[in-house]
Amino acid sequence: MCDSCGCGDPEIVAVELHEQILAGNDRTAQHNREHFAAHGLFTVNLMGSPGSGKTAVLEATARALPGGRRLGAIAGDLETDRDAARLRSAGIPAHAITTGSACHLDAAMIHHALHHFPLRGLDYLFIENVGNLVCPAIYDLGQAVNVVALSVTEGEDKPLKYPVMFRKADLVLLTKVDLLPYLPEVRVETIEQALARVMPRPALLSVSARTGCGMELWAEWLETHRQSLARRTQSPSRGDYEEPAEGVSAQYRCASQNANLGPVAQRPGTSVAAATGARRPGEREG
Amino acid sequence: MHEYSIVQALLARVEQEARARQATAVHRLAVRIGALAGVEPELLASAYSIFKAPTLCAQAELEIHTVPACWACPQCGRAIAPGAVLRCPQCGAAARLEAGDEIILDQIEMEVG
Repeated sequence: MCDSCGCGDPEIVAVELHEQILAGNDRTAQHNREHFAAHGLFTVNLMGSPGSGKTAVLEATARALPGGRRLGAIAGDLETDRDAARLRSAGIPAHAITTGSACHLDAAMIHHALHHFPLRGLDYLFIENVGNLVCPAIYDLGQAVNVVALSVTEGEDKPLKYPVMFRKADLVLLTKVDLLPYLPEVRVETIEQALARVMPRPALLSVSARTGCGMELWAEWLETHRQSLARRTQSPSRGDYEEPAEGVSAQYRCASQNANLGPVAQRPGTSVAAATGARRPGEREG
Repeated sequence: MHEYSIVQALLARVEQEARARQATAVHRLAVRIGALAGVEPELLASAYSIFKAPTLCAQAELEIHTVPACWACPQCGRAIAPGAVLRCPQCGAAARLEAGDEIILDQIEMEVG
């Protein structure tokens, strides 16, 4: 009640907060991050459109990781636990989160899933997010890195249409590159150019889960980043792991395995690694 | 549509603050949304109008301030236009987002009884 003039009117006060609206999610994500660190886990938030090949990439990743390294997965979908079942048949311990109508995973869903998912013995935890190029980008889950799967059939301008998602990516996996010979209109160079306008440190690796092409470089990327995180965790004075060191990413920017894409990969400003191994009909091995 | 879950988080935080201050109603909320935050102001407003009904915000106006994306070189400070290659043409450094990813609750105007 107003007590300055005695009029009896209610008092209106303006409270300044300047807080993140998703602060609650961020706190839970930080808790998850500490939990992952305590288990020595490197956690990847794998995002991408429905059908971009996220589950196939995980199946192929399990085959490509160096001996002794084990991965587990938490797979989010609106309905069914088909992805988790598929991963389990590939020998990957997997847990399904069925979100109902929710278009993304949040930190609390991951936290809850962790209560049902044994992490012991794992080196990597992949969170296969709900297939969606918009909402998942907004929620921190406690991951070490964001990886976006983009398949060659989705359109070269996808990064320009979904800048929020690609800005958050530490790496873009260009998937299904075994199809490139059948898609003469799709140019990897155009995708790289689009990425350079939405990702401050563009990094692209071309892979095919079907042929295994590029999977070795992907496994190497994971291992390098896992070790980088482990070093930072051991020396906390260097601060939280936020993004891969410039030097680490740079290795992948110039590591072209395909002479056809070599000059593109090394052009300043795009900084992309390409390892498609796929050629268009009529092209010879360079 | 994640705007629903953002509105739910917003309303929960506002209710918490209002109750702690023994407010009887909320009159106005001011939020800041960046162009690269991934939040659509119109969808946020429509989600808010649906979810506010049973809360202390039932009569409260939602004021949305949008913030344009602002990229700059972290080394020389040169501005990099949105849509351009995100690398400083002068020193080659990766651009840094200076503003435009905000999802922030700035102010609550409430009636204290």
